[in-house]
Amino acid sequence: MSVIAPKFRLAYFLKGAIDDLFWAIILVTLIGIPAIQIGLFYGSLPVIEGELVTAFLAFTLIFHPEMAIPLIKSLLYSDLFRIAAFPGFGFAALIAAGTIFVERKMLAKLQLRVGPFYCGKIEGILQLAGDGLKLISKEIIIPAKADKPIFWVAPVLFVATAAAFVSLIPVAPGGWVVADLDVGLLAVFAVIGFFPIITVLSAWSANSKYPFIGGIRALHQMVSFEIPLILSLLGVVILTGTLNLSEIVESQSSFPWIIFMPIGAIVFFTAMLAELERIPFDLPEAESEIVAGWLTEFSGMMYGLVQLGSYVKLYAFAALFVVIFLGGWTGPVFWPPLDEEIITTGLEITSYTGDVFLTVATPGLPLFDADPNEWILQKQGDLMYTSGQLLISGVIWFVLKTVAVIFFILLPRGVFPRIRIDMLLHIGWYKLIGLSFVNIFIALGLLYAGILGPGGIF
Amino acid sequence: MPEQISDNQAEQLPPGLQIDKVDDRIMTLNVGPQHPGSGHMRIIVKIDGDYIVDADPDPGYVHRGEEKMAENRNYITNIPHLERPVIHDSCNILYPYVLGVEDIVGIEVPERAKYVRVIAAELNRCVYIQYWLAIYGIFLGHSTMFMWPAGDRELMIDLLEKMTGARVTHSYFIPGGVRNDLPANFEDVCLRQVNYFEKRIKEYADIFYDNPILKARTEDTGVLSAQDAIRLGTTGSVLRASGIDYDVRIKEPYDVYDELDVHTNVLKDGDSYARSKVPWLDMLESCNIIRQALEKIPKSGSVRTKLKPNPKGGVNEVYRRVESGRGSAGMHIISNGKPEPYRVKISPGSFRNLIALPYLLKGEKLGNMPAVYWSLNYWPVEADR
Repeated sequence: MSVIAPKFRLAYFLKGAIDDLFWAIILVTLIGIPAIQIGLFYGSLPVIEGELVTAFLAFTLIFHPEMAIPLIKSLLYSDLFRIAAFPGFGFAALIAAGTIFVERKMLAKLQLRVGPFYCGKIEGILQLAGDGLKLISKEIIIPAKADKPIFWVAPVLFVATAAAFVSLIPVAPGGWVVADLDVGLLAVFAVIGFFPIITVLSAWSANSKYPFIGGIRALHQMVSFEIPLILSLLGVVILTGTLNLSEIVESQSSFPWIIFMPIGAIVFFTAMLAELERIPFDLPEAESEIVAGWLTEFSGMMYGLVQLGSYVKLYAFAALFVVIFLGGWTGPVFWPPLDEEIITTGLEITSYTGDVFLTVATPGLPLFDADPNEWILQKQGDLMYTSGQLLISGVIWFVLKTVAVIFFILLPRGVFPRIRIDMLLHIGWYKLIGLSFVNIFIALGLLYAGILGPGGIF
Repeated sequence: MPEQISDNQAEQLPPGLQIDKVDDRIMTLNVGPQHPGSGHMRIIVKIDGDYIVDADPDPGYVHRGEEKMAENRNYITNIPHLERPVIHDSCNILYPYVLGVEDIVGIEVPERAKYVRVIAAELNRCVYIQYWLAIYGIFLGHSTMFMWPAGDRELMIDLLEKMTGARVTHSYFIPGGVRNDLPANFEDVCLRQVNYFEKRIKEYADIFYDNPILKARTEDTGVLSAQDAIRLGTTGSVLRASGIDYDVRIKEPYDVYDELDVHTNVLKDGDSYARSKVPWLDMLESCNIIRQALEKIPKSGSVRTKLKPNPKGGVNEVYRRVESGRGSAGMHIISNGKPEPYRVKISPGSFRNLIALPYLLKGEKLGNMPAVYWSLNYWPVEADR
């Protein structure tokens, strides 16, 4: 072994550590600090109670309970938070990480084995972190005759496109979506249309045979399944008369569209499996035929990025299914409690003698009610709810439904073998497109019979 | 347009070599030996779009010279290395050698030993087929079908471990019987485990053999007609899947197979689905044979006729064959009167089945390659010897 692996030497280790520290200091000094300064000078800082928050003031406020809530709230309602954390990429990446873990454990239970077990002591919950660390620490190997710029940029583009997809999904009522577009559904289709381009670019730029075949297969598969994917959603668009995803969700407050359009839901689900390259449609990554398909030449964190992107994409598709067919965030509010039990006058903090010495002037649910002055406004059914209540309850319902859909996306992997490319194209072009037209006719029939849609009896 | 002579690459090649004219539409894929869908061999596949126009199997990556090694060892020390080509079917690959050596040396085997051999051979056939089936599952992208046989195989391995002391490379059969007697209470344990095993493998039909996607993928792919199967010299499950009732256990019964009620499983279609189903049916048949053998086995008696320390036979040659997991496995042993064999020729079923591969792959789609290739019941290491 000593021939292959160099011996551990403390001096080399220390030299490496000091080198890393040196570069970290250099980069922080030259890039990080100027960036923070530019942000502080030119960025728009929140104004809280008539006072402009500076960096120093913000630091002070964190330790001041009366002021901390408005400050955090201003952060929560900033665009950056939406893009990076909650309805945007961070939330999606968290669900993607959970998906990977659940997939491995569930598949293991299905196959009479244990799955990840040791890493993280409890059922291997830190396995994903370990895998990520391993991928980061591995060398990135680029094929000698690859088209290097495109090859480098393809995984990043893949993740970015998946993130763009995520940003179009409304998660909770009250505009909890990164980009609330009037043409939301069209934007979704536009973003989905980018995936085959990226796949083919990465496959072609690798200058290798198996990635090339995999890329061409992915192109075939994605392009031919995009048509049923789009057509299967048209029924909902006809009945709701809008392309805005938030409005589509609000139109399902009494019943989800899957009740009237099960065919469309089945077509969309099947096309979704194909777009996601999940078994039984994982032809572009069919390992016994073409090694790893278009992922063959990716190594290290480039492979990790593609995997992250594909699981974020999985979340986004599942969320789209929930938004369009399962009613998104709609559902009875069961948590947090009803409005009588919610603070109405602000949070009173008493000293040990019982005297009130501080009142946090934020009625409703602190942090989650957008405007303290108009907090009991929204009506759902017969009951009145605060916007914070609706937000939390909406997120819970949304996550529950999304997890259920993700479960059904993962399940075929343990049950079905891989399909063949000609069978796949046959399914896509003959059966799914025909079924999605049937779905459109059903929607039109319901519309003209006056049952659903604008002016309908429901 | 005149050819450019100076830059012509063919000019720089050594004499005797030439570059094939390659059509631009044709892409050559080297499937293997470092490919998740190849095993220890290479298939040079030429594809035109999604269709395979030419397939050239290239075995020999794990050639270990077992036959040459056998010439320098005596009849007993040959046993451990001759089972190395198929370690998970080690009893069956060793069976023809042991039978042949018994003919050369001229030694009788006790009745109980014959039954023990049959039990061990059938258990080992199940172990092999489970392994093969696991790989067939993962070749088709069915990961559950990889894990289930690989896990249920442990039942049979545990039994063999109780019998022989080793989990995989048993070296259990020796000329004159078997190495050691069955452990105490083995019959009950064996019966219980075999019954449970049979119940388990019947469940494979639900998830694998009756799966509509699997049927759509494997039916009518790589069809080998009965005439072609005979003409190409295939054996075992490939031959039986093409509709020909051929089983060495019935046609040339060895040991006590003529006293047992052995059925063959013959399917008529000759496609990949039939070829993948016949070994599974064979496993069910093996369970029946084991149960019969456990009933008929003499309750006591010797399991081994003692050999002389360095056995040798006369000038003689012998060819014996058995039905292994991959078809008829034969061994041709030539003795010139010395303690070492003059020649041991192994004729495994794998190599015969491989011959059908280029005929079956031609004109198929690339996606069918693993389904056709692995359905041939081919084990690269055995074919390379």
